[in-house]
Amino acid sequence: MILLDQRLESSLESVDHSEQRAAALALEAGFSEEETYRLGYAVREALVNAVVHGNRYSSNKAVHFKVTRVPRGIEVSIEDQGSGFSAEMQGDALAQENLMNQSGRGLALIRAFTDELQVERTTQGGTRVILRKFLPPEAS
Amino acid sequence: MSVKLITRQVGDVTVIDAVGRITLGEGSSAFRETVKDLVNKGHKKMLLNLAEVSYIDSSGIGELVSGFTSVSNAGGSLKLLKLTKRIQDLLQITKLYTVFEVFDDEAKALATF
Repeated sequence: MILLDQRLESSLESVDHSEQRAAALALEAGFSEEETYRLGYAVREALVNAVVHGNRYSSNKAVHFKVTRVPRGIEVSIEDQGSGFSAEMQGDALAQENLMNQSGRGLALIRAFTDELQVERTTQGGTRVILRKFLPPEAS
Repeated sequence: MSVKLITRQVGDVTVIDAVGRITLGEGSSAFRETVKDLVNKGHKKMLLNLAEVSYIDSSGIGELVSGFTSVSNAGGSLKLLKLTKRIQDLLQITKLYTVFEVFDDEAKALATF
């Protein structure tokens, strides 16, 4: 069931909005406060990637933000209209030689805070990130 | 709410009390400017109190690393004080717990400079 389906402008306001909406929907779905924070955090990082690295703040490009209730949890899809990137291109932010880099930790944090992460290229050449977080068995 | 940064001098150590969120945009740039300004003024011993910081995103974490590097390059040190559980987790996940010196007690932290 689709809970939210929006086209957002490429701005930091969209980042805040998406984090807050995803967190509110996660709470409604029965996630704990801590797991809600984690999902919101992952959504925020994915939105930052879409707005900053994908669409490069372009007013001509939108971010497609969709939240879906799936059988045991929540799925969030974030799609930009940039020129695409792959998880591999970011390198390993947790490798010893990269620890002191200023950026590049977003995907590692998204992975840590969600149960499933899928990064794919859209037919238009942008990037679609799909995050899934599942409720513990007793809550789902 | 973005971040509010208040600096105070304890002996030769500059303590930065941060309150709020250090995230991409105003929060991370405010932190960057504060550290840059302190380094330019010759401050070399800095203790960043994060007790009242509710949230740091990856951009904020990047600014902590950048601040650590710029203070170290100037011959000084930047240490962290009173991390919340969530910020501790973020430093564990990003493996930065091994990079920063982290303290729970201000007096003990000050004594290590």
